[in-house]
Amino acid sequence: MSVHDSKREEIETVQDSERRKLLQCMAWAGAGVLWTMKGGVLSAKTLDGIASAADTDFSFLQISDTHIGFHQAANPDVMATLQSAIAHVSGLARTPSFVLHTGDVSHLSKPEQFDAAQQAFKGIKADSWFFTPGEHDIIGDDGAEFFKRFGGGVDGKGYYSFDYKGMHCLCLVNVLGFQAGTMVNLGDEQLEWVEQDLKKLSSSTPILVFAHIPLWTVYEPWGWGTGDAPRLYTYLRRFGSVTVLNGHIHQIQQKIEGNITFYTARGTAYPQPQPGAAPNPGPLTVPAGQLGSYLGIREIRHVSVDGPLAVTDTSLALPA
Amino acid sequence: MRRDVFGLIFLSLFMVASILGAVRTARADVAPAGPTVQVSIFNYKFDSETVTIKAGTTVTWTNKDEIPHTVASTDKTFKGSAGLDTGDSYSYTFDKPGTYKYYCTLHPFMTGTIVVTAK
Repeated sequence: MSVHDSKREEIETVQDSERRKLLQCMAWAGAGVLWTMKGGVLSAKTLDGIASAADTDFSFLQISDTHIGFHQAANPDVMATLQSAIAHVSGLARTPSFVLHTGDVSHLSKPEQFDAAQQAFKGIKADSWFFTPGEHDIIGDDGAEFFKRFGGGVDGKGYYSFDYKGMHCLCLVNVLGFQAGTMVNLGDEQLEWVEQDLKKLSSSTPILVFAHIPLWTVYEPWGWGTGDAPRLYTYLRRFGSVTVLNGHIHQIQQKIEGNITFYTARGTAYPQPQPGAAPNPGPLTVPAGQLGSYLGIREIRHVSVDGPLAVTDTSLALPA
Repeated sequence: MRRDVFGLIFLSLFMVASILGAVRTARADVAPAGPTVQVSIFNYKFDSETVTIKAGTTVTWTNKDEIPHTVASTDKTFKGSAGLDTGDSYSYTFDKPGTYKYYCTLHPFMTGTIVVTAK
């Protein structure tokens, strides 16, 4: 799929048989069957609770890399493009059950940038929002301001898990372990927490993982990957259905590895070059009028009992 | 004559005071007293990547990229910058000889070294 394609909607469906199996799990979960029995399930973010016909299907939204505060040539008005994304969400036939923001809410971690973003997010009607920070959100304070606003997770370190209609969701943080000259890491402490967190789950539980930087190596020279992600896979492999969503690289990339499917998302702020296609990963300034087709949001749906999980990436390009 | 002498003394005192004032003002503006060196941050690189200076030299990094960067000491031996937006600068005076490695916390593949020699 080319990001140059001016199609308004691009739908990726994964036909792989393993994937189909896991999707059946997802659909099953979506039907609300799993819902009542998962003891030890979290918390405030879980479902409204009563399975009904309306609960047989749900969708959620991924939004990423809003970079409020960016003001360079590649997009002089990132608030306008975020508003365009929000307007699109408002026009969806189905209200998303929840929204995941996969990081870089702000450009420079400034309180006024977080304020503006939070104000804008109110335009999306969803039961819950879940956030993971990007490296632009933790500048100078290791994320203190971000976590204060968007949730501190386990011990204030930002990572956490929650359950939604039988789907187990892990929010991971991979922007706090930067070391010079290497890809970032999740770190031993977080990985040990993941191991413990997943232990209680049956292998048929659909798993959703999200973090900012790709949890697979897209392009090491630009740091587009997570050094210790392979250890994470060892905990995820036993599950039939694992979907991993990331941001950071401002473009769609996809990879399937066994039962784990990885997707990166477009941002709403500015495009970046494809891996290695430029001397550096700096913002891509595209011809006037084309910016919208490089930006976007993603809707993930549980469609039907027999159907596959549908990941729909929608660009912000105006309809032709 | 006596008046002239007093005048000269007064003038001298005034000049000394002015000079002291100027020095004080300069300090308030954080203008370095010693030599200075510029390092550009451009194209996701510190330019030059390795800089050798004498102790007491102030290094000023200026971000000329469209994206923010930081200057962070790899082993936390000197105070690093906040996020540097396009056009922002950060200065640090290296008083002690040694090798100071640093990187950008937003793009850790960007690394640099300041080598400080004795005066």
